[in-house]
Amino acid sequence: MAETALTVPLRSPLSHVADRLAAATRTSAGAIRLAELPFLTQINVRLDAKGAAAEAVGLALDLPLPLQPNTVVRAGELTALWLGPDEWLLVGSPGGGRDLESRIREAAGDEPVSVTDVSAQRTTLLVTGPRARDLLAHGCPLDLHPRAFGAGRSAQTTLGRTQIVLVARDEPRAGFWVLVRSSFAGYLADWLLDAATEYI
Amino acid sequence: MLLIPCPWCGPRDEAEFHYGGQAHVPYPQAPAALTDEEWARYLFFRDNPKGPFAERWSHAAGCRRWFNAVRDTSTNEILAVYRAGEERPETLERRAVPARPRPASPARPAFEDEAPSGPIGAPGAEPPARDTTQPYRLSTGGRVDRSAPLTFTFDGTEYQGFRGDTLASALLANGVIQAGTSIKFGRPRGVFSAGVEEPNAVVQIEAPFPEPMLPATTVELYDGLVASSLPGQGRLATEPDPARYDAVHAHCDLLVVGAGPAGLAAAAAAARSGARVILADDRPELGGSLLGTGELLDWVDESGEQLDAVPEVRVLRRTTVFGYYDDNHLLAVERRTNHLGAEAPEKVSRERVWRIRARRVVLATGAHERSLAFADNDRPGVMLAASARAYVNRHGVLPGRHAVVFTTNDSAYAAALDLAAAGVDVTAIVDTRPEPGQWADRARAAGIEVLSGHAVTGTQGDARLTTVTVAPYGEAIAQREFAADLLLVSGGWNPVAHLFSQAGGKLRHDAALGSFVPDTCRQAVEVVGSARGALDLAATLAQGAAAGARAVEAEGYTAEAPRLPAVAAQPRQTPPLHVYVVPGASDAPRFVDLQRDVTVDDLARATGAGMRSVEHTKRYTTAGTANDQGKTSGVLASGIVAELLGVDISALGTTTFRPPYTPVSFATLAGRDRGALHDPVRTTALHDWHVAHGALFENVGQWKRPWYYPQDGEDMEAAVLRECRAAREGVALMDASTLGKIDVQGPDAAVLLDRLYTNMMSTLKVGMIRYGVMCRPDGMVFDDGTVIRLAQDRYLVTTTTGNAAAVLDWMEEWLQTEWPELRVHCTSVTEQWATVALVGPRSREVLGALAPRLAVSNDDFPFMAWRESTVAGIEARVCRISFSGELAYEINVSPWAARALWEAVYEAGAPYGITPYGTETMHVLRAEKGYPIIGQDTDGTVTPQDLGMSWVVSKKKPDFIGKRSHARADTARPDRKHLVGLLPEDPGTFLPEGTHLVADSVLPAPPVPMLGHVTSSYRSATLGRTFALALIKGGRERIGERLYAPVGDHLVPVTVASPVLYDPEGARRDG
Repeated sequence: MAETALTVPLRSPLSHVADRLAAATRTSAGAIRLAELPFLTQINVRLDAKGAAAEAVGLALDLPLPLQPNTVVRAGELTALWLGPDEWLLVGSPGGGRDLESRIREAAGDEPVSVTDVSAQRTTLLVTGPRARDLLAHGCPLDLHPRAFGAGRSAQTTLGRTQIVLVARDEPRAGFWVLVRSSFAGYLADWLLDAATEYI
Repeated sequence: MLLIPCPWCGPRDEAEFHYGGQAHVPYPQAPAALTDEEWARYLFFRDNPKGPFAERWSHAAGCRRWFNAVRDTSTNEILAVYRAGEERPETLERRAVPARPRPASPARPAFEDEAPSGPIGAPGAEPPARDTTQPYRLSTGGRVDRSAPLTFTFDGTEYQGFRGDTLASALLANGVIQAGTSIKFGRPRGVFSAGVEEPNAVVQIEAPFPEPMLPATTVELYDGLVASSLPGQGRLATEPDPARYDAVHAHCDLLVVGAGPAGLAAAAAAARSGARVILADDRPELGGSLLGTGELLDWVDESGEQLDAVPEVRVLRRTTVFGYYDDNHLLAVERRTNHLGAEAPEKVSRERVWRIRARRVVLATGAHERSLAFADNDRPGVMLAASARAYVNRHGVLPGRHAVVFTTNDSAYAAALDLAAAGVDVTAIVDTRPEPGQWADRARAAGIEVLSGHAVTGTQGDARLTTVTVAPYGEAIAQREFAADLLLVSGGWNPVAHLFSQAGGKLRHDAALGSFVPDTCRQAVEVVGSARGALDLAATLAQGAAAGARAVEAEGYTAEAPRLPAVAAQPRQTPPLHVYVVPGASDAPRFVDLQRDVTVDDLARATGAGMRSVEHTKRYTTAGTANDQGKTSGVLASGIVAELLGVDISALGTTTFRPPYTPVSFATLAGRDRGALHDPVRTTALHDWHVAHGALFENVGQWKRPWYYPQDGEDMEAAVLRECRAAREGVALMDASTLGKIDVQGPDAAVLLDRLYTNMMSTLKVGMIRYGVMCRPDGMVFDDGTVIRLAQDRYLVTTTTGNAAAVLDWMEEWLQTEWPELRVHCTSVTEQWATVALVGPRSREVLGALAPRLAVSNDDFPFMAWRESTVAGIEARVCRISFSGELAYEINVSPWAARALWEAVYEAGAPYGITPYGTETMHVLRAEKGYPIIGQDTDGTVTPQDLGMSWVVSKKKPDFIGKRSHARADTARPDRKHLVGLLPEDPGTFLPEGTHLVADSVLPAPPVPMLGHVTSSYRSATLGRTFALALIKGGRERIGERLYAPVGDHLVPVTVASPVLYDPEGARRDG
């Protein structure tokens, strides 16, 4: 739907807390950076990882779908996240949903493939800065040490009392993406801002 | 918290998983061919074995895969996991491993040249001078900072102490030993110990923040502290706690609990290996028992500095590990700002819970000294021997001036010698052993009289001990009296096995020690030092270093032998004498549990009443149930009960140790999960608009839904009547975005939905919508909603708001475990769409105005059809669905554009008086039409037929989930409860939901036959009266009957009616 309403003002799930996120980032003097990355294209892809479609889709996107659980593969603006043995989430820049969906369907041909635009289902929070890992550790039970959760790792897990998809970005200093269901985004932003109190 | 290994994602916390019951119970191939009994066996019967059990789990908060696990039901250990469809693998029950390695520790690490050192009983040393403002304070020595005086108040009197004091040590420095009165007898009680085991000096902190029941022996002194003594019971604060509390998850290769000699050596051995090590200790500084004995303090300081410098080592001071759970998950509480008093920074959490997942654990938790049960053993001035020694060495405080020592073992001699060296007049050491050996010789050499083969048989003194009576052990002759204000007691040592025991570890009785020591445990844990019964310092250091090295080597790191300090040569040990009750003729009470005022006589009454287990005597007498949890009294009580029963203590054991090791406040455990963050609030893209327009909200699951929009001082009744009228007579709009939405895609999508819904979904045409009901295999309604056919191989399914996740889980469970051959996928798209319900006879005009390219006439856009169009310039999927019986549409758009759509609809509807409405109006409108709400009008015992919805149950399909159950005798009973309408005789009488219904106008004698209950009740603007929906036995056959509803003291007459009270012909649907 991202392409649908160019004349209509779009509102992202966290537009109403953008100021507070920016203020926390400023006050932390570089320790923490919090920001929403709104309107990213997100496409859920389901197909048989061992079937012909997997390779064909990888070729068409110039991005092999990761087969290793809880990993991500990046190529240019596009990131593919492993969500399950037959499930991936493709994340790209805003507005690319339809094009992506048709490229996948075309590549899959007659092979059964499910493609669902879920761009608005979750929004993305950027959590970076030297204390990003400490901040997340207040509510995320996973081991986020670079030895355990370094570049290229992702996980579906919980943060505070909500489910998230967590992605370690390429460089350790680039921090994390936290993908959260849009309806929980306000709660999670409040939670992160509260947990960040000590660092800001 | 179990760590469950997902076959895909690896080990994750149990909280990420859903349990799915017994595995390998396949859905019968032909349910229709089964007898009722066979079908009931499939539905209701499951195995319940003790031991390995194969069961289904879903990684619900992770990859959403269902898998199987073999779990030992008696230990909760996961023995194997395997993917759905795979055979159950062979599993072996794991065996508990010894808490220490079977082969004795490797050759002990190299020590520096052993040389006599330390303060122990240096005879003839000059007693240090005393501080003048604090009469019992030495002018030198101890770990306190004499340049940092602190002022505090206790029971209204102001005193001075120093940084490094505890409240107890500062009180003792000022000559105050009484710190409360006992809970039952009101007897004065004094500081008894120097640590967490304190049973007596449990005080109330009054300022800066009120906190009840804290041991004065663990409260760090700060400037401005105000505390008062308690009569054994504290007071909760009446004001809200302004402090912050938080939690942190931590992971490590090795967690060392306790930074005494064994723990420090373990951490030092592991530190430089590169392994991630956490060392936690409950005191502000490292050293453990060494702080009390004053030994090896240079090594302690140096080791602490080295550990602090290693990046992968985290030293947690002021941190008590209080719980040891499954899979090496340990909880600890760090006291971060308590010791700062009013200076505590606001932004920093006061206490923090550490949730530590450790690959390996070394417990170096030390030992607690045991008391002895002798007559009047509770007077202020009676103190554990090693604790008195700690006050001298750690705080530079004399706990008294004239001391008698009463012991059954060697350890009290070192205490006596340290006290004597510090200037205490140690009059006598009373030793129950006939030949106390080399330690006694050393004491005598220091000028202390040793009475071997003697015991203390009584004490005197009110506010403080004045006299100690001593006699030959077991005899009443030749009594001697000593003037003393301090009586040091040592009945031996109890290893602190609490955490080990919580971990599932077994204890065994150690005859030499006279106590219980760790034996075996199934978790990856080792116990070292005095926690394992080693009371010799050199052995303790060696054990610690070896265990630390073993732990990190087991994790693949190479340990480096740490520098261990030389230990002064000690006199040869003489075995202790195991004494619990000290014999004597006195009638005076001999206390076992000081905090609960439990005596030897109380335990005798318990055994006399037939109690044969310490668990029973504990509950009969309350011994060990106070907030010290019997740390000084537990083993003593076991020993006494054993004597009373004439059995060996090894056969009796101890009571069970349960978390927390020391009390933890609820505020700390809650952390930031309180107030607005207590439970997540889910909001729609339109939430801000609702707030701005004065909506009151209803919680539906975690969602906040507008309940109604009161205007100009309206109450709920007036607002809802107005909103209902607008929907029935004009046009109204509602935010319906919270409905669950699932995209079902793939060549077999229709097959899946035909199996899950009671009605046929494969025959639905693309472009059309059908209402559907899902049942559980037992035939009871589970969820309902609409199904939209988007394409030949694609549907969009809606669920009730509160059930969205459960329905998706349900679909995945069947797909993944029973029907993996179906080529179909289910994806949640609940938040991908925002939904605006546009309702009322004028809704077509409003929609038409906003969607000029959409043909909105009834012929072009019939009921239960959907169209893609542009509404207010926004791409939309418009569905002609009605949950009110009126002409209605649901407009679905991207939530990013929802606000723009909503405002456009609101504006376009203004000429028709468009009215926003909430869930209450929605409920009234649907109830007038007899549409049930799953979960409100149903409760898991209601079939579609009970709801009067046989039309939604397919007769053509060979099977669907629930079909076989609809043919069971029970579901065909004529007296099942049916959903019907109820009309109170008086149209103004409102029946509360939940009201029961009876047949007669006069209540018969109980038991009163109940016919059913009210499930929904409203006032209807359209009907001009109240009405209700109810589940009534044989209800459809009772339509027109008079029943009675007991409301308060009245029996309200009501008439049973059809559930459809408004527009039964459906004339309004098409506008």
